[in-house]
Amino acid sequence: MKILVCISNVPDTTTKIKFDDGMKSLDTNGVQWVINPWDEFALTRALEIKEQSSGKIEKVSVINVGPVSTEPTIRKALAIGADDAFRIDCEPSDSYTIATQIAEVAKNENYDIIFAGIESSDCNSSAVGSMVAEFMDIASVSSVSSFEFNNSDITLKREIDGGKETVKIQTPFVAIVQKGICINPRIPAMRGIMMARTKPIKVSSPVSTEALSEALSFEVPPPKADCKMIDAENTDELIELLHSEAKVL
Amino acid sequence: MSIIVFSENRSEKIKKSSLEAVAYATNISKNTQQAVVSVSIGNVPNEELEILAKYGASKIISINAPEWQTHDSQAYAKLLNEITEKENASTIIFTNSNIGKAVAPRLSVRLKAALVSGIVSIPSSYSPLTLKRKSYNGGAFQNVQVKSPKAVLTLNPNSCEVVENPQAVNIENYTPNTPTNFQTKIESTDVTSGKIVLTEASIVVSGGRGLKSGDNWKPLEELADALGAGLACSRPVSDEGWRSHEEHVGQTGKIIAPDLYLAVGISGAIQHIGGVSASKVIVAIDRDKDAPIFKYADYGIVGDAFEVLPRLIESVKKFKNI
Repeated sequence: MKILVCISNVPDTTTKIKFDDGMKSLDTNGVQWVINPWDEFALTRALEIKEQSSGKIEKVSVINVGPVSTEPTIRKALAIGADDAFRIDCEPSDSYTIATQIAEVAKNENYDIIFAGIESSDCNSSAVGSMVAEFMDIASVSSVSSFEFNNSDITLKREIDGGKETVKIQTPFVAIVQKGICINPRIPAMRGIMMARTKPIKVSSPVSTEALSEALSFEVPPPKADCKMIDAENTDELIELLHSEAKVL
Repeated sequence: MSIIVFSENRSEKIKKSSLEAVAYATNISKNTQQAVVSVSIGNVPNEELEILAKYGASKIISINAPEWQTHDSQAYAKLLNEITEKENASTIIFTNSNIGKAVAPRLSVRLKAALVSGIVSIPSSYSPLTLKRKSYNGGAFQNVQVKSPKAVLTLNPNSCEVVENPQAVNIENYTPNTPTNFQTKIESTDVTSGKIVLTEASIVVSGGRGLKSGDNWKPLEELADALGAGLACSRPVSDEGWRSHEEHVGQTGKIIAPDLYLAVGISGAIQHIGGVSASKVIVAIDRDKDAPIFKYADYGIVGDAFEVLPRLIESVKKFKNI
């Protein structure tokens, strides 16, 4: 069995977001690029499952849709423990075009389980994992917060309103994961970093597709008004303000 | 042409977020002369379904066959595809919920329709459809134009004011043609009854590292009870295991948008703000007057949580006469 983990290359989540080119694109000056946090959770859990599978899962691959500048992030995924990687050489535009590329590889290479993070911290679209499943016409389970693999028997837990559902599923399928899927994301160790240098990244050209939407521009939220400070002794005043001024009580 | 709204229910009640979605569809329909059709899956009494008509749905398609009541994303996408064809729909609207996130992208691929998710306000243009959506975890908004003939949208909370627009009640009990050979099998469901769902709560009370230990949550729970609020926490609190990760709000946890968010002992790291910045009003209580949370808060109290909380609970009880 083989696992494919979808990896998005995103600005470090502490980045101060600024735009240039007439608010059309991110100002990448000084931006540190990282693996999307949810994808990092997914990769960690995929590696744990492989290690506990007594050889049933023979490899964990990662895939990224992006130009050559994303390779440091792919190398990091290899250093964390992925066995090999695919990079589809194009600028990622909308979710539809990204999912088209990933589904093509997943189908041709016969992956059994595909992991995706529930969203990326830059686009927040929550789309790619489910779209890949639809392109492949296979099942998907979203909001997955627990993934158990016992002798090829797979049990997932997914978040629902106010609780959880336990779901059984057969391969092939796409698991779209969120917080809870692993305890802590793995960080690369020195040995992993050394080994990652020789692991293969297979670069391929994109299949043709068309974007269904066009990103026009970005806006930054208006600055917030000053915080009204209330004396720590005077909690009655806070409640009164929340009632009569803010009108939320 | 028509606009379809996928309406969600919980305990036989239509969710508030789904009424927002109907109001949103009504807004588009008024500008484009289309009918609003609401789709409801599950056991919802007719009196409750009628609420959808009150907010603008001229037709309500109700699917209450038991086999459709468990959710399978693949089958639901096929079902919505079937209804899109049946109703000749141009636009299909979901809320940006667990189910919305699971089904909308699949439907968009089936229909070859643009997906615009996490929409925060009414369209800035109706032809071509142009929408504002959340990006960079709330650090920015993105304006997106739909290029395809059809569109699939998911709405964030508070994206549209809920206004009444009563229509004649027209409920169609519908038996889908889509087969129910689900690939996913639900083994068990574990729902804490009576617990307030964070993503739907109108008030959320949240605790951070400033509370020093998981044993110190009692006053916060009391405050939440007094306010009828959902209970949340910051990331360090769930990472330390003081509280369950299901209560974690912030960038990698739950994204919430209540009317009132009350943060106690939370310094306000940018990742935390990313999960709560869509709240209407933010109140911060922290002992450090320079804590970044006060830059995002509307009201603030500088003080020790263990001294302020008991007083605040008393003030709430006095206000509510309890």
